Amino acid sequence: MSAPTRTALASGKYSGDAPHTSSDVRLSVEQVSYAYSPNPSQAPLFTLEATSFQARAGEIVAILGPNASGKSTLLKLIAGAFQPLSGRILLDGFVTHSLTPRVRAQRIAMVQQESRLLFPSRVWEFVLQGRHPYGHALRLDTETDVTIARNALAQVGAYELNDRWMDQISGGEKQRVILARALAQQPLLLLLDEPTLHLDIAAQVDLLAGLRRLAAENRYTVVVVTHELNLAGEYADQVLLLQRGKCLRVGPPAAVYQRDLLEQVFQTPLTVELGPSGRPRVTVSPVT
Amino acid sequence: MRPLTLSRLLLQCAILAAILFVVVVIALKLGAVPVSLYGLGRDLLRVMFGQSSQISSDYGLIVIDIRLPRILLGIMVGSSLAVAGTSFQALLRNPLADPYVLGVSSGAALGAILALIAEPHLSLSPALAALLTPFGAFLGAAATIAAVYVLGRREGRMESSTLLLAGIVTASFMSAIIMFLMTTLSGSNLRGMAFWLMGDLSTSFQKNLYWVLGVGFFVAAGAIYTTAADLNLLLAGEKEAMHLGVDVPRVRLVVYIAASILTGLAVSVSGAIGYVGLLVPHVMRLIFGSDHRVLLPTAALGGAIAVVLADTLARTVVAPAELPVGAMTAMAGAPLFIYLLRKGLA
Repeated sequence: MSAPTRTALASGKYSGDAPHTSSDVRLSVEQVSYAYSPNPSQAPLFTLEATSFQARAGEIVAILGPNASGKSTLLKLIAGAFQPLSGRILLDGFVTHSLTPRVRAQRIAMVQQESRLLFPSRVWEFVLQGRHPYGHALRLDTETDVTIARNALAQVGAYELNDRWMDQISGGEKQRVILARALAQQPLLLLLDEPTLHLDIAAQVDLLAGLRRLAAENRYTVVVVTHELNLAGEYADQVLLLQRGKCLRVGPPAAVYQRDLLEQVFQTPLTVELGPSGRPRVTVSPVT
Repeated sequence: MRPLTLSRLLLQCAILAAILFVVVVIALKLGAVPVSLYGLGRDLLRVMFGQSSQISSDYGLIVIDIRLPRILLGIMVGSSLAVAGTSFQALLRNPLADPYVLGVSSGAALGAILALIAEPHLSLSPALAALLTPFGAFLGAAATIAAVYVLGRREGRMESSTLLLAGIVTASFMSAIIMFLMTTLSGSNLRGMAFWLMGDLSTSFQKNLYWVLGVGFFVAAGAIYTTAADLNLLLAGEKEAMHLGVDVPRVRLVVYIAASILTGLAVSVSGAIGYVGLLVPHVMRLIFGSDHRVLLPTAALGGAIAVVLADTLARTVVAPAELPVGAMTAMAGAPLFIYLLRKGLA
């Protein structure tokens, strides 16, 4: 199968029934591909084939797929950290990769899998880092910065943590603080790389419900990479299914969650049924 | 929440500046010739008001012409090494990084020696000749940090232990070349060189070198200070810093060049003084926290205090003989280095 055909398969379904005009669209990923090789003379170790989707303000897009399917690569391309091999990614009409780091950080916030801090810092110091792209010459924190950081902590329900040390709070609390720092950036686009990793079920549901609320309140466009099919099915407006660097389908969860497709992608027998909320629900059926 | 305000920043610096002042007064007073506090104050005021001719001749010469320049040199060297160490630690994400451990001081020493050897063969004006040694030291420092950075990376990742080993290997390689060069020099130079290599503030210089030092220090330290907020974010890693709006390649370039200038200046006048760039940032971090907007100026003042104290000890404990100041800082610094290693801070 040649690349263009596959692209048509990937993007065709979505662009076919996209009801909105281009003016509503905040994030537009257009035929984006990428190849990774540790050494320019070697054949690429990993490729992402042409992928397209669009998202509006207030929408949550979930990127799904097994390990090494290119989820994080796609997220980093959207964040502007990598330059696409072909195609382009537009955020409100600007190519994300060409923005300066400072302007990019005012528009795009990235929540990554937690990183180790070299020297300990307090929660409020950590959240104030989100104001960095707005700082001036000496970059002393202004009243506005402090207010925004305080509100960001309050929005994720973690204000009471503000005087604690980052290495003395639980995993779920830390994930909320990292999210608060992203909110302090006041972005248009919020990107999250496996935010539910290492969280218990209550904290996972809490986080996703929080994202749903924040996307509605603050009009963020949210793109989240996750392994949690059911949480994505419950909270996402669109899901994008990747397998070995190929975008297989984009659309609302009900359209993408089809038993044979998911079984083929995840290599596991499973069933898909409609949950009480009208959203699809995936159950892994044990092999007997 | 206690965000950083200008008044808190200035207060913390003022406290350290006051301590530095006390240390400077003690350093002026102590020495082979005793000096009274009253006489010291009177003479300093006279120098400030341009009445140097009225200084009592018995010890005025010792205090103003010998001890004061040496103390000013110690302040500059200590500040330079501490600021360079602080920024290397943040940029390389390694709490044990410091110009001495990374071999940058040895590289600067090699550059300075090469410049000294080359100088008689180049017909330069005296002003340019004064610049040649610091410039050679800067080139040596910059080349070494580039080499250590390349050698310390394995498969694109920077491992703490690989980086330190790269620094140690580079330092011993540089020392071997320095030994080779020293044996080709005449015998009278040899003793002075050996002392200088240990770290020594007793050499006297032409007056215009002090200007090079002063201007170079403020320009380089100022350049590093403009990246203070960026260095805070770099502690969490280069990728994360980039997503928070830090122009990582620019910050890296500014800090490498400016820290190489600082190390080069310090080494060209005082040789390789160890452990100041390692020890001072850690102590300041324990007291004032890890915010570089506070840490850089407090480390500069702390480095000045440390070197002036160490040099005062070096010239008084075995008086009338003198120790190299590098021997004093190593005696205090080496045990702390071991302590940090054992505590798993590396």
